[in-house]
Amino acid sequence: MTLAQIANALGLALLTQEQDLTQITPSAGYTSDMLSCVMSGAPQKSLWITLQAHVNIVAVAALLELSAVIITEGAAVDAATIAKANEKNVILFSTPLSTFEVAGRLWELGLRAG
Amino acid sequence: MIPPLIVETALNKGIGVIAITDHNASANIEAVQKAARGTELVVLPGMELQTSEEVHVLCLFDELDQIRAFQQMVDASSPALPNNIEFFGEQFVVDDTGDFLRREERLLLTSSGLTIRRAWEQVTDLGGLLIPAHVNRKANGLIQTLGFVPEDTPIEILEISIHITPQAAVAAYPQIQGYPLIQNGDAHFLEDILGLNHLTLESVTVAEVRSAILGLEGRSHAIQS
Repeated sequence: MTLAQIANALGLALLTQEQDLTQITPSAGYTSDMLSCVMSGAPQKSLWITLQAHVNIVAVAALLELSAVIITEGAAVDAATIAKANEKNVILFSTPLSTFEVAGRLWELGLRAG
Repeated sequence: MIPPLIVETALNKGIGVIAITDHNASANIEAVQKAARGTELVVLPGMELQTSEEVHVLCLFDELDQIRAFQQMVDASSPALPNNIEFFGEQFVVDDTGDFLRREERLLLTSSGLTIRRAWEQVTDLGGLLIPAHVNRKANGLIQTLGFVPEDTPIEILEISIHITPQAAVAAYPQIQGYPLIQNGDAHFLEDILGLNHLTLESVTVAEVRSAILGLEGRSHAIQS
């Protein structure tokens, strides 16, 4: 399942620059809002769901080569975070949905914990 | 904690300076300052702010006017939820003898709307000093919450909890290596008042405290082991 299919199914808003999302297939799903846990627990190339919108999420996503980050509950993402993500080629999505709902829907779509 | 007992406990432990740093609140600082009048104890105004990322940061100031201005920014950014005493306990404001003045009606336990970056800007603009608190702690510690010190925020000093030594903290969290560390009792009860930091200062100001922790201009700082 590609990021394009996921973004379409969940109605995710892409915050970062346009790119071909049909070419990216997340390896797994992961969720935590504590970056130290993410750094040690998120599978490589996985799709990370969080409501933490601090700029440090970009560095963590780049470090683990995550497929994308879905920022939930409409958490405010500042311009500096988006600029940093574009610079590091990290894909950020935003959604008003809760982390629970996003994870549930991704599971239904067939994504697993890895 | 009752203001005269805070003052008495600190003096009995040979402490010269304390800071009152309630969670997102500052209404009890003046009472402790008044209770310390006529004694050797200096009481700095401060706050333990919970940022929007749920990181706890110590905000230290010299004057009540500064903390009052900062409190307004914190309040303006925070959700106006009422406290539920049954779940979260009382939030008393007291006078310098410890007598009840009023209840803080608003829930103080929440995160403020200030990001750590914004909080740093506000505190610095007001002439204060921001130090991330108990950075090693699982709950609300900077390292646990944000992974590492954010590059966009010029933080100079970190505080570690009393449950770890500075050496063990650096070994466990290499990302804090190179930062001057302080260690506080984070006193919620009288018996937690410890006086762990030895500071060599010209005078008791936040700028001097910063210089001492950073080891600038002959000032110095050591944590009592």
